Amino acid sequence: MIEYLMDSEFLLLLLKIIVIFGGVMGALAYLTWLERKVIARVQMRPGPTRVGPFGLLQPIADGLKFLFKEDVIPTNANTFLYVAAPVVSLIPALLSFSVIPFGPSLQITDLGVGLLFIFAITSLGVYGIVLGGWSSNSKYPLMGAMRSSAQMISYELSLTLSVVGVLLIANTLSLAQIVVSQQRTLLGFIPRWNIFLQPVAFLVYVISAVAETNRLPFDFAESEQELVAGWHTEYSSLKFAMFMLAEYANMVTVSALATIMFLGGWAGPMFGPALLQTALPTVWFVLKVGVFIFFYVLMRATVPRLRYDQLMKFGWKFLLPLSLANIVLTSLIVAIAAS
Amino acid sequence: MLENWAPILIFFILAAGFGLVSLIMSYLFGVRKPDPRKLSPYECGVHPIGTARERCSVKFYLVAMLFLLFDIEAVFLFPWAVVYRELKLFGFFEMLLFILAILAGYIYVWKKGALEWER
Repeated sequence: MIEYLMDSEFLLLLLKIIVIFGGVMGALAYLTWLERKVIARVQMRPGPTRVGPFGLLQPIADGLKFLFKEDVIPTNANTFLYVAAPVVSLIPALLSFSVIPFGPSLQITDLGVGLLFIFAITSLGVYGIVLGGWSSNSKYPLMGAMRSSAQMISYELSLTLSVVGVLLIANTLSLAQIVVSQQRTLLGFIPRWNIFLQPVAFLVYVISAVAETNRLPFDFAESEQELVAGWHTEYSSLKFAMFMLAEYANMVTVSALATIMFLGGWAGPMFGPALLQTALPTVWFVLKVGVFIFFYVLMRATVPRLRYDQLMKFGWKFLLPLSLANIVLTSLIVAIAAS
Repeated sequence: MLENWAPILIFFILAAGFGLVSLIMSYLFGVRKPDPRKLSPYECGVHPIGTARERCSVKFYLVAMLFLLFDIEAVFLFPWAVVYRELKLFGFFEMLLFILAILAGYIYVWKKGALEWER
Protein backbone atom coordinates (compact mmCIF):
# COMPACT_ATOMS: atom_id res chain seq x y z
CA MET A 1 0.00 0.00 0.00
CA ILE A 2 2.75 2.44 1.02
CA GLU A 3 4.81 1.50 -2.04
CA TYR A 4 1.80 2.09 -4.24
CA LEU A 5 1.24 5.51 -2.70
CA MET A 6 4.89 6.46 -3.19
CA ASP A 7 4.90 5.12 -6.75
CA SER A 8 5.87 7.79 -9.29
CA GLU A 9 2.85 6.89 -11.43
CA PHE A 10 0.54 7.52 -8.52
CA LEU A 11 2.24 10.84 -7.74
CA LEU A 12 1.81 11.84 -11.37
CA LEU A 13 -1.86 10.93 -11.12
CA LEU A 14 -2.24 13.05 -7.98
CA LEU A 15 -0.53 15.95 -9.75
CA LYS A 16 -2.91 15.60 -12.71
CA ILE A 17 -5.92 15.51 -10.40
CA ILE A 18 -4.76 18.62 -8.57
CA VAL A 19 -4.01 20.49 -11.82
CA ILE A 20 -7.35 19.58 -13.39
CA PHE A 21 -9.42 20.17 -10.25
CA GLY A 22 -7.72 23.50 -9.58
CA GLY A 23 -7.84 24.56 -13.20
CA VAL A 24 -11.50 23.69 -13.54
CA MET A 25 -12.42 25.47 -10.30
CA GLY A 26 -10.55 28.60 -11.37
CA ALA A 27 -12.11 28.47 -14.82
CA LEU A 28 -15.61 28.10 -13.33
CA ALA A 29 -15.08 31.13 -11.10
CA TYR A 30 -13.89 33.23 -14.02
CA LEU A 31 -16.74 32.02 -16.20
CA THR A 32 -19.08 34.06 -14.01
CA TRP A 33 -16.90 37.10 -14.70
CA LEU A 34 -16.83 36.34 -18.45
CA GLU A 35 -20.59 35.89 -18.58
CA ARG A 36 -21.31 39.13 -16.74
CA LYS A 37 -18.81 41.02 -18.88
CA VAL A 38 -20.07 39.69 -22.22
CA ILE A 39 -23.74 40.19 -21.37
CA ALA A 40 -22.95 43.69 -20.16
CA ARG A 41 -21.19 44.50 -23.44
CA VAL A 42 -24.13 43.16 -25.44
CA GLN A 43 -26.43 45.42 -23.43
CA MET A 44 -24.03 48.41 -23.78
CA ARG A 45 -23.08 48.38 -20.08
CA PRO A 46 -19.51 48.22 -18.76
CA GLY A 47 -20.17 45.23 -16.48
CA PRO A 48 -18.03 44.61 -13.37
CA THR A 49 -15.23 47.22 -13.28
CA ARG A 50 -14.75 48.17 -9.63
CA VAL A 51 -12.97 45.17 -8.07
CA GLY A 52 -9.49 44.97 -9.56
CA PRO A 53 -8.50 45.81 -13.15
CA PHE A 54 -11.43 45.13 -15.53
CA GLY A 55 -13.28 43.72 -12.51
CA LEU A 56 -10.99 40.68 -12.62
CA LEU A 57 -11.13 40.17 -8.86
CA GLN A 58 -14.94 40.12 -8.90
CA PRO A 59 -15.23 36.28 -8.63
CA ILE A 60 -13.08 36.34 -5.47
CA ALA A 61 -15.17 39.12 -3.97
CA ASP A 62 -18.33 37.19 -4.84
CA GLY A 63 -16.95 34.06 -3.19
CA LEU A 64 -16.16 35.92 0.01
CA LYS A 65 -19.59 37.53 -0.02
CA PHE A 66 -21.26 34.12 -0.38
CA LEU A 67 -19.18 32.84 2.53
CA PHE A 68 -20.36 35.53 4.95
CA LYS A 69 -24.02 35.53 3.90
CA GLU A 70 -26.68 34.15 6.20
CA ASP A 71 -27.28 30.43 5.78
CA VAL A 72 -31.09 30.41 5.68
CA ILE A 73 -32.88 27.09 6.21
CA PRO A 74 -36.67 27.63 6.00
CA THR A 75 -38.60 26.24 8.97
CA ASN A 76 -40.83 23.87 7.01
CA ALA A 77 -38.09 22.68 4.67
CA ASN A 78 -36.95 19.08 4.83
CA THR A 79 -33.63 19.98 6.47
CA PHE A 80 -31.47 17.00 5.53
CA LEU A 81 -32.43 16.95 1.84
CA TYR A 82 -32.34 20.73 1.71
CA VAL A 83 -28.74 20.78 2.91
CA ALA A 84 -27.70 17.76 0.85
CA ALA A 85 -29.16 18.93 -2.48
CA PRO A 86 -26.39 21.40 -3.43
CA VAL A 87 -23.73 18.75 -2.81
CA VAL A 88 -25.76 16.18 -4.76
CA SER A 89 -25.86 18.69 -7.58
CA LEU A 90 -22.17 19.58 -7.42
CA ILE A 91 -20.53 16.13 -7.18
CA PRO A 92 -21.75 14.69 -10.51
CA ALA A 93 -21.09 18.01 -12.23
CA LEU A 94 -17.43 17.94 -11.14
CA LEU A 95 -16.98 14.19 -11.47
CA SER A 96 -17.34 14.22 -15.24
CA PHE A 97 -14.03 16.13 -15.48
CA SER A 98 -12.23 12.98 -14.34
CA VAL A 99 -12.57 11.37 -17.78
CA ILE A 100 -12.34 14.40 -20.08
CA PRO A 101 -9.08 14.47 -22.08
CA PHE A 102 -7.75 18.03 -21.91
CA GLY A 103 -4.72 16.91 -23.94
CA PRO A 104 -3.03 13.70 -25.10
CA SER A 105 -1.62 13.11 -21.60
CA LEU A 106 -3.67 15.52 -19.50
CA GLN A 107 -6.49 13.14 -18.66
CA ILE A 108 -7.05 11.69 -15.21
CA THR A 109 -8.26 8.32 -16.44
CA ASP A 110 -9.23 7.05 -19.87
CA LEU A 111 -12.15 4.73 -19.21
CA GLY A 112 -13.12 2.30 -21.93
CA VAL A 113 -16.70 3.45 -21.37
CA GLY A 114 -15.85 7.15 -20.86
CA LEU A 115 -18.74 8.55 -22.86
CA LEU A 116 -21.27 6.29 -21.15
CA PHE A 117 -19.79 7.27 -17.79
CA ILE A 118 -20.25 10.98 -18.53
CA PHE A 119 -23.86 10.49 -19.61
CA ALA A 120 -24.58 8.38 -16.55
CA ILE A 121 -23.00 10.93 -14.21
CA THR A 122 -24.47 14.07 -15.77
CA SER A 123 -27.97 12.63 -15.76
CA LEU A 124 -27.64 12.32 -11.98
CA GLY A 125 -27.49 16.12 -11.87
CA VAL A 126 -31.26 16.30 -12.16
CA TYR A 127 -31.52 14.77 -8.67
CA GLY A 128 -29.86 17.82 -7.12
CA ILE A 129 -32.40 20.11 -8.75
CA VAL A 130 -35.43 17.97 -7.90
CA LEU A 131 -34.33 17.37 -4.29
CA GLY A 132 -33.52 21.05 -3.82
CA GLY A 133 -36.84 22.15 -5.28
CA TRP A 134 -38.93 19.61 -3.42
CA SER A 135 -37.24 19.87 -0.03
CA SER A 136 -37.59 23.68 0.04
CA ASN A 137 -41.31 23.07 0.57
CA SER A 138 -42.18 26.25 -1.27
CA LYS A 139 -44.16 26.72 -4.45
CA TYR A 140 -41.74 28.37 -6.85
CA PRO A 141 -38.88 25.93 -6.22
CA LEU A 142 -41.25 22.99 -6.62
CA MET A 143 -42.56 24.28 -9.94
CA GLY A 144 -39.05 24.99 -11.17
CA ALA A 145 -37.90 21.52 -10.17
CA MET A 146 -40.86 19.76 -11.84
CA ARG A 147 -40.40 21.69 -15.05
CA SER A 148 -36.69 21.17 -15.12
CA SER A 149 -36.85 17.43 -14.46
CA ALA A 150 -39.29 16.91 -17.35
CA GLN A 151 -37.18 19.14 -19.57
CA MET A 152 -33.88 17.49 -18.73
CA ILE A 153 -35.07 13.95 -19.28
CA SER A 154 -36.78 14.93 -22.54
CA TYR A 155 -33.65 16.49 -23.98
CA GLU A 156 -31.39 13.80 -22.63
CA LEU A 157 -32.98 11.49 -25.20
CA SER A 158 -31.98 13.53 -28.22
CA LEU A 159 -28.61 14.27 -26.60
CA THR A 160 -27.71 10.60 -26.20
CA LEU A 161 -29.21 9.62 -29.56
CA SER A 162 -27.30 12.33 -31.43
CA VAL A 163 -24.05 10.88 -30.11
CA VAL A 164 -24.79 7.44 -31.60
CA GLY A 165 -24.02 8.84 -35.06
CA VAL A 166 -20.52 9.73 -33.89
CA LEU A 167 -20.09 6.30 -32.27
CA LEU A 168 -20.98 4.61 -35.56
CA ILE A 169 -17.98 6.35 -37.12
CA ALA A 170 -15.54 6.18 -34.19
CA ASN A 171 -16.56 2.68 -32.94
CA THR A 172 -15.34 3.35 -29.41
CA LEU A 173 -16.68 4.84 -26.19
CA SER A 174 -13.28 5.96 -24.92
CA LEU A 175 -13.07 9.74 -25.18
CA ALA A 176 -9.33 9.81 -25.96
CA GLN A 177 -9.81 7.31 -28.78
CA ILE A 178 -12.71 9.30 -30.22
CA VAL A 179 -10.33 12.27 -30.45
CA VAL A 180 -7.57 10.12 -32.00
CA SER A 181 -10.03 8.77 -34.59
CA GLN A 182 -10.53 12.32 -35.87
CA GLN A 183 -6.83 13.07 -36.45
CA ARG A 184 -6.81 12.21 -40.16
CA THR A 185 -7.80 14.62 -42.94
CA LEU A 186 -10.47 14.61 -45.63
CA LEU A 187 -9.33 15.38 -49.20
CA GLY A 188 -5.89 16.11 -47.81
CA PHE A 189 -6.57 19.45 -46.10
CA ILE A 190 -9.92 19.46 -44.24
CA PRO A 191 -9.50 17.94 -40.75
CA ARG A 192 -11.61 14.80 -40.43
CA TRP A 193 -13.66 16.18 -37.59
CA ASN A 194 -17.02 14.65 -36.97
CA ILE A 195 -18.76 17.99 -37.42
CA PHE A 196 -18.21 17.62 -41.19
CA LEU A 197 -19.34 13.99 -41.19
CA GLN A 198 -22.24 14.44 -38.75
CA PRO A 199 -23.60 18.00 -39.16
CA VAL A 200 -27.15 17.00 -38.16
CA ALA A 201 -25.94 15.21 -35.04
CA PHE A 202 -23.86 18.27 -34.15
CA LEU A 203 -26.88 20.56 -34.46
CA VAL A 204 -29.09 18.26 -32.37
CA TYR A 205 -26.32 17.89 -29.79
CA VAL A 206 -25.74 21.63 -29.39
CA ILE A 207 -29.44 22.42 -29.01
CA SER A 208 -30.07 19.56 -26.57
CA ALA A 209 -26.97 20.48 -24.60
CA VAL A 210 -28.30 23.99 -24.01
CA ALA A 211 -31.59 22.52 -22.78
CA GLU A 212 -29.79 19.89 -20.70
CA THR A 213 -27.83 22.52 -18.79
CA ASN A 214 -30.91 24.70 -18.18
CA ARG A 215 -29.51 27.70 -20.01
CA LEU A 216 -31.41 30.33 -21.91
CA PRO A 217 -33.43 30.03 -24.14
CA PHE A 218 -34.38 26.84 -22.24
CA ASP A 219 -33.90 27.97 -18.62
CA PHE A 220 -37.30 26.82 -17.35
CA ALA A 221 -35.79 25.60 -14.12
CA GLU A 222 -35.08 29.20 -13.24
CA SER A 223 -37.23 31.45 -15.46
CA GLU A 224 -36.90 34.38 -13.07
CA GLN A 225 -39.81 36.39 -14.51
CA GLU A 226 -42.26 33.60 -13.67
CA LEU A 227 -40.70 31.62 -10.82
CA VAL A 228 -38.54 34.18 -8.95
CA ALA A 229 -35.41 32.01 -9.17
CA GLY A 230 -36.87 28.57 -9.80
CA TRP A 231 -35.53 25.63 -7.85
CA HIS A 232 -32.99 27.62 -5.81
CA THR A 233 -35.34 30.40 -4.67
CA GLU A 234 -34.92 29.44 -1.01
CA TYR A 235 -31.17 28.92 -1.14
CA SER A 236 -28.56 31.37 0.10
CA SER A 237 -24.85 31.59 0.95
CA LEU A 238 -22.43 28.92 -0.29
CA LYS A 239 -25.31 26.50 -0.95
CA PHE A 240 -26.52 28.84 -3.67
CA ALA A 241 -22.94 29.23 -4.89
CA MET A 242 -22.67 25.44 -5.21
CA PHE A 243 -25.76 25.30 -7.40
CA MET A 244 -24.28 28.01 -9.60
CA LEU A 245 -20.94 26.20 -9.71
CA ALA A 246 -22.70 22.99 -10.74
CA GLU A 247 -24.55 24.80 -13.51
CA TYR A 248 -21.34 26.28 -14.90
CA ALA A 249 -19.53 22.96 -14.54
CA ASN A 250 -22.25 21.25 -16.56
CA MET A 251 -21.92 23.94 -19.19
CA VAL A 252 -18.17 23.31 -19.45
CA THR A 253 -18.75 19.53 -19.56
CA VAL A 254 -21.18 19.62 -22.47
CA SER A 255 -18.91 22.09 -24.29
CA ALA A 256 -15.90 19.85 -23.72
CA LEU A 257 -17.89 16.85 -24.91
CA ALA A 258 -18.93 18.73 -28.05
CA THR A 259 -15.28 19.58 -28.66
CA ILE A 260 -14.19 15.98 -28.16
CA MET A 261 -16.87 14.42 -30.31
CA PHE A 262 -17.33 16.94 -33.10
CA LEU A 263 -14.37 19.31 -33.22
CA GLY A 264 -11.43 16.93 -32.97
CA GLY A 265 -10.65 17.51 -29.28
CA TRP A 266 -7.10 18.71 -28.74
CA ALA A 267 -6.21 18.56 -32.47
CA GLY A 268 -4.73 21.72 -33.98
CA PRO A 269 -1.68 23.05 -35.78
CA MET A 270 1.58 22.09 -34.06
CA PHE A 271 4.68 24.27 -34.23
CA GLY A 272 7.56 25.67 -32.18
CA PRO A 273 9.93 24.03 -29.67
CA ALA A 274 9.20 20.78 -27.86
CA LEU A 275 7.98 22.46 -24.69
CA LEU A 276 5.43 24.48 -26.62
CA GLN A 277 4.36 21.36 -28.49
CA THR A 278 3.40 19.62 -25.27
CA ALA A 279 1.29 22.60 -24.17
CA LEU A 280 -0.36 23.36 -27.52
CA PRO A 281 -2.97 20.54 -27.56
CA THR A 282 -4.38 21.74 -24.24
CA VAL A 283 -4.43 25.31 -25.57
CA TRP A 284 -6.40 24.24 -28.64
CA PHE A 285 -8.78 22.22 -26.47
CA VAL A 286 -9.43 25.12 -24.11
CA LEU A 287 -9.88 27.51 -27.06
CA LYS A 288 -12.47 25.24 -28.69
CA VAL A 289 -14.35 24.84 -25.41
CA GLY A 290 -14.16 28.62 -25.00
CA VAL A 291 -15.87 29.14 -28.35
CA PHE A 292 -18.79 26.99 -27.21
CA ILE A 293 -19.05 28.81 -23.90
CA PHE A 294 -18.94 32.18 -25.63
CA PHE A 295 -21.75 30.95 -27.86
CA TYR A 296 -23.74 29.94 -24.76
CA VAL A 297 -23.30 33.36 -23.21
CA LEU A 298 -24.26 35.14 -26.43
CA MET A 299 -27.38 32.96 -26.64
CA ARG A 300 -28.32 34.01 -23.14
CA ALA A 301 -27.82 37.67 -24.04
CA THR A 302 -29.78 37.63 -27.29
CA VAL A 303 -32.43 34.89 -27.46
CA PRO A 304 -35.72 35.17 -25.56
CA ARG A 305 -37.07 32.24 -23.55
CA LEU A 306 -39.42 29.80 -25.25
CA ARG A 307 -42.80 28.76 -23.89
CA TYR A 308 -42.86 25.47 -21.98
CA ASP A 309 -45.19 23.68 -24.42
CA GLN A 310 -43.00 24.84 -27.32
CA LEU A 311 -40.00 23.38 -25.55
CA MET A 312 -41.60 19.97 -25.05
CA LYS A 313 -42.99 19.93 -28.57
CA PHE A 314 -39.60 20.84 -30.04
CA GLY A 315 -37.80 18.14 -28.09
CA TRP A 316 -40.25 15.28 -28.61
CA LYS A 317 -41.60 16.02 -32.07
CA PHE A 318 -38.57 17.47 -33.82
CA LEU A 319 -35.22 16.65 -32.21
CA LEU A 320 -36.06 13.03 -31.31
CA PRO A 321 -37.23 11.93 -34.80
CA LEU A 322 -34.40 13.94 -36.36
CA SER A 323 -31.73 12.19 -34.33
CA LEU A 324 -33.32 8.77 -35.04
CA ALA A 325 -33.35 9.51 -38.78
CA ASN A 326 -29.72 10.58 -38.51
CA ILE A 327 -28.82 7.24 -36.91
CA VAL A 328 -30.57 5.23 -39.62
CA LEU A 329 -28.97 7.25 -42.43
CA THR A 330 -25.49 7.19 -40.91
CA SER A 331 -25.60 3.45 -40.23
CA LEU A 332 -26.72 2.77 -43.80
CA ILE A 333 -23.83 4.80 -45.23
CA VAL A 334 -21.30 3.22 -42.86
CA ALA A 335 -22.57 -0.29 -43.68
CA ILE A 336 -22.33 0.32 -47.42
CA ALA A 337 -18.86 1.82 -47.04
CA ALA A 338 -17.70 -1.10 -44.88
CA SER A 339 -18.95 -3.91 -47.14
CA MET B 1 -9.44 -2.72 -15.09
CA LEU B 2 -10.16 -1.57 -11.57
CA GLU B 3 -7.13 0.73 -11.41
CA ASN B 4 -8.80 2.78 -14.17
CA TRP B 5 -11.57 3.57 -11.70
CA ALA B 6 -9.40 4.38 -8.67
CA PRO B 7 -8.67 7.94 -9.90
CA ILE B 8 -12.42 8.51 -10.18
CA LEU B 9 -12.81 7.53 -6.54
CA ILE B 10 -10.10 10.05 -5.58
CA PHE B 11 -11.79 12.71 -7.66
CA PHE B 12 -15.15 11.86 -6.08
CA ILE B 13 -13.66 12.26 -2.59
CA LEU B 14 -12.17 15.60 -3.63
CA ALA B 15 -15.49 16.86 -5.05
CA ALA B 16 -17.51 15.61 -2.08
CA GLY B 17 -14.94 17.11 0.30
CA PHE B 18 -15.21 20.45 -1.46
CA GLY B 19 -19.00 20.35 -1.09
CA LEU B 20 -18.91 19.38 2.58
CA VAL B 21 -16.26 21.97 3.46
CA SER B 22 -18.36 24.63 1.72
CA LEU B 23 -21.40 23.59 3.77
CA ILE B 24 -19.43 23.70 7.02
CA MET B 25 -17.76 27.01 6.18
CA SER B 26 -21.01 28.76 5.38
CA TYR B 27 -22.43 27.34 8.64
CA LEU B 28 -19.44 28.66 10.61
CA PHE B 29 -18.90 32.04 8.97
CA GLY B 30 -22.41 33.06 7.96
CA VAL B 31 -24.27 35.50 10.17
CA ARG B 32 -27.40 34.11 11.82
CA LYS B 33 -30.30 36.42 12.52
CA PRO B 34 -33.34 34.18 12.08
CA ASP B 35 -36.84 35.58 12.28
CA PRO B 36 -40.12 33.82 11.51
CA ARG B 37 -40.83 35.83 8.38
CA LYS B 38 -37.40 35.21 6.91
CA LEU B 39 -37.74 31.48 7.53
CA SER B 40 -41.19 31.17 5.98
CA PRO B 41 -41.55 30.02 2.34
CA TYR B 42 -40.84 32.83 -0.10
CA GLU B 43 -43.92 34.07 -1.89
CA CYS B 44 -42.94 37.52 -3.14
CA GLY B 45 -43.78 39.22 0.18
CA VAL B 46 -47.30 37.79 0.49
CA HIS B 47 -48.24 35.47 3.36
CA PRO B 48 -47.89 31.90 2.09
CA ILE B 49 -51.20 30.48 0.91
CA GLY B 50 -51.70 26.71 1.23
CA THR B 51 -48.80 24.30 1.07
CA ALA B 52 -46.36 23.31 -1.63
CA ARG B 53 -47.11 19.63 -1.05
CA GLU B 54 -49.86 19.45 -3.62
CA ARG B 55 -50.48 16.99 -6.40
CA CYS B 56 -48.77 17.86 -9.64
CA SER B 57 -49.91 17.42 -13.20
CA VAL B 58 -50.00 13.87 -14.55
CA LYS B 59 -48.17 15.05 -17.68
CA PHE B 60 -44.89 15.04 -15.80
CA TYR B 61 -45.31 11.34 -14.99
CA LEU B 62 -46.19 10.64 -18.61
CA VAL B 63 -42.99 12.30 -19.76
CA ALA B 64 -41.02 10.27 -17.23
CA MET B 65 -42.49 6.99 -18.51
CA LEU B 66 -41.93 7.87 -22.16
CA PHE B 67 -38.36 8.84 -21.27
CA LEU B 68 -37.74 5.40 -19.77
CA LEU B 69 -38.96 3.67 -22.93
CA PHE B 70 -36.86 5.72 -25.30
CA ASP B 71 -33.82 5.74 -23.04
CA ILE B 72 -33.76 1.95 -23.09
CA GLU B 73 -33.65 2.25 -26.85
CA ALA B 74 -30.61 4.51 -26.52
CA VAL B 75 -28.99 1.94 -24.22
CA PHE B 76 -29.41 -0.71 -26.92
CA LEU B 77 -28.02 1.59 -29.60
CA PHE B 78 -24.76 2.37 -27.77
CA PRO B 79 -23.15 -1.12 -27.81
CA TRP B 80 -24.59 -1.71 -31.27
CA ALA B 81 -22.86 1.41 -32.59
CA VAL B 82 -19.53 0.43 -31.03
CA VAL B 83 -19.35 -2.98 -32.78
CA TYR B 84 -21.15 -1.80 -35.89
CA ARG B 85 -18.21 -2.13 -38.30
CA GLU B 86 -18.09 -5.89 -37.70
CA LEU B 87 -21.84 -6.34 -38.10
CA LYS B 88 -22.09 -4.49 -41.44
CA LEU B 89 -25.42 -4.72 -43.30
CA PHE B 90 -26.70 -7.52 -41.04
CA GLY B 91 -26.41 -5.16 -38.08
CA PHE B 92 -28.11 -2.43 -40.05
CA PHE B 93 -31.23 -4.48 -40.83
CA GLU B 94 -31.42 -5.94 -37.32
CA MET B 95 -31.38 -2.46 -35.81
CA LEU B 96 -33.74 -1.12 -38.49
CA LEU B 97 -36.34 -3.67 -37.33
CA PHE B 98 -35.84 -2.55 -33.73
CA ILE B 99 -36.10 1.14 -34.63
CA LEU B 100 -39.24 0.47 -36.70
CA ALA B 101 -40.83 -1.24 -33.71
CA ILE B 102 -39.96 1.74 -31.53
CA LEU B 103 -41.19 4.07 -34.27
CA ALA B 104 -44.58 2.34 -34.31
CA GLY B 105 -44.87 3.00 -30.58
CA TYR B 106 -43.73 6.58 -31.10
CA ILE B 107 -46.39 7.21 -33.76
CA TYR B 108 -49.03 5.64 -31.50
CA VAL B 109 -48.00 7.91 -28.61
CA TRP B 110 -48.07 10.94 -30.91
CA LYS B 111 -51.54 10.07 -32.30
CA LYS B 112 -52.87 9.48 -28.78
CA GLY B 113 -51.80 13.03 -27.94
CA ALA B 114 -49.35 12.15 -25.18
CA LEU B 115 -46.84 14.57 -26.66
CA GLU B 116 -49.26 17.53 -26.60
CA TRP B 117 -48.36 19.60 -23.58
CA GLU B 118 -51.22 22.08 -23.73
CA ARG B 119 -54.07 19.55 -23.47
